[in-house]
Amino acid sequence: MKLLSIQRQMARAVMTPLTNSERMRTVAPNGRSMRAVASQIIKPNVRLTSFERLEIYNRQYWFRVLSGFAEDFPGLRAVLGGRRFDTLAKAYLTDCPSQSFTLRNLGSRLESWLRKHPGWAGERQNLAVDMARLEWADIEAFDGEREPSLKPEELADVNPAKLRLRLQPYISLLDLRYPVDDLLLEVRKDAENLDVASNAFSERHKRNRVAVVAKLKPSPIFLAVHRLDEDVYFRRLAREEFEIMSALHAGRSLNAAIDAALRRSPLPAKERAANVENWFRTSSALGWFCRS
Amino acid sequence: MPANVFNNFTNYGVGIGLRAPHYHHILTRKPVVDWFEIISENFMIDGGRPLRILDQILDQYKVVQHGVSMYFGSAEKPNREHLRRLKELVQRTKTPWLSDHLCWGSVDGRYTHDLLPMPYTFEAARITAQKVREVRDFLEVPVVVENVSSYAEFHVSEMTEWEFLNEVVERADCGILLDVNNIYVSSQNHSFDPFTYVNSVPVDRVAQIHIAGHSKYRKYILDTHDHPVIDPVWKLYARAIERIGHTATLLEWDDSIPSFDEVHDEALKANRFLASACLAAAV
Repeated sequence: MKLLSIQRQMARAVMTPLTNSERMRTVAPNGRSMRAVASQIIKPNVRLTSFERLEIYNRQYWFRVLSGFAEDFPGLRAVLGGRRFDTLAKAYLTDCPSQSFTLRNLGSRLESWLRKHPGWAGERQNLAVDMARLEWADIEAFDGEREPSLKPEELADVNPAKLRLRLQPYISLLDLRYPVDDLLLEVRKDAENLDVASNAFSERHKRNRVAVVAKLKPSPIFLAVHRLDEDVYFRRLAREEFEIMSALHAGRSLNAAIDAALRRSPLPAKERAANVENWFRTSSALGWFCRS
Repeated sequence: MPANVFNNFTNYGVGIGLRAPHYHHILTRKPVVDWFEIISENFMIDGGRPLRILDQILDQYKVVQHGVSMYFGSAEKPNREHLRRLKELVQRTKTPWLSDHLCWGSVDGRYTHDLLPMPYTFEAARITAQKVREVRDFLEVPVVVENVSSYAEFHVSEMTEWEFLNEVVERADCGILLDVNNIYVSSQNHSFDPFTYVNSVPVDRVAQIHIAGHSKYRKYILDTHDHPVIDPVWKLYARAIERIGHTATLLEWDDSIPSFDEVHDEALKANRFLASACLAAAV
């Protein structure tokens, strides 16, 4: 048997979902006998059958990808609850196995997968999508590329009709239906407390978090997920500020971006200039802008 | 013993794996450590804190890169994006050599993120050696391949694991990262004499040695890197050093990671064997 053929057969077996009791299936979802697959390629020894030897790799694969996924999406786990999250994780990783040399990219297709498969999140679909977007943006902000920032003085004397700015590659702009930033921060605080908490404390805290999730009502927010001094931050933006930044991100000139954002804005005309100036001063100080 | 062609770094001594729980200790206390081994994939990123920490480490310590997902033994071509990022990191760290595993883990663009065992066939040796050569030529740095722990053997195998290792490194003209813990784990899982393996390795190709702990289950042993090194593995290490001479040695501890001092102290136990090698060479 050729190397490629062996590797295809083994990879298919290793990536086949486990049973509910975390064992290798005897029959794959496509009807193949896993015992037959194992016997065909793997030798038994005096202690383990071919099936049992292949099962070691099958279990290791799932334990590894599921733990990596859970580590990346603790907020989604809080939104869905442990059991539903685990079921969703298995379904997602079955549909979207890793296509990258790094586990870091395991969740890169989660948002689009969730939108295509709303059944997995049930009634919390919108909340789940928001949280998945935020947690993926958090990963991108953590180790995304930083380009030389434009200094505030470099912006002072340029023609705004011609100026095209770009946001740093590590920044994500998110329009969210739920204030999931607060929830994610709460989940993280909870995880930190667990390191030092007694069982009673952690149970109480868990109940509190569940209550927070249960009470979370839709309340649209506009968020920038960014990085400062290598720490990731969530910064809420005004709607107009979000639209300006999004338009700049899309390659529009500074003038065009501001005009489009303010055209339908309820902001009183006399406050607009001061607001825009303030937004740019803050974003510029945070090093968000680089030259297009 | 004089340095061999793949081991011009006999002065590297004993290092440990650079792991996140130890960052603060290393950067604030600046302990004396011969060298650190980094997992390449953890730093093949575009920016952020991991690279900033790496640069701080590079300012003060010798660093060698060790990869986990090049998959020399995968039948498919090397991933160009992977190579591009790896080369960027090689240029950043100036690693004197680069290691990855003699295994496979991806097929048809899908990654298992595991170190899957090779079928020990001449076809597999030819494909693997070709890939090692391609990677070395692209990266322009000496490449060494590490033997992995395994839990399965293939019907199609035409040779032993050590014969396969020798076949690959001869065809690729590359070095070896000899993991004596992996030899021990595989010897228990596949019922062979681990000393036969160590005695069969071409000493002039060994650039580095790994030591580690593992976990014993009822019917097999798993390579978990979450315990101290056990005596039978130290004995294998002693035999390896006796044959090879003073060789850069590294302790891997990747799970249930204890304090920096505990990990470092465990690694430094290797010095008693390295000292013997120096004495033997002097006599």
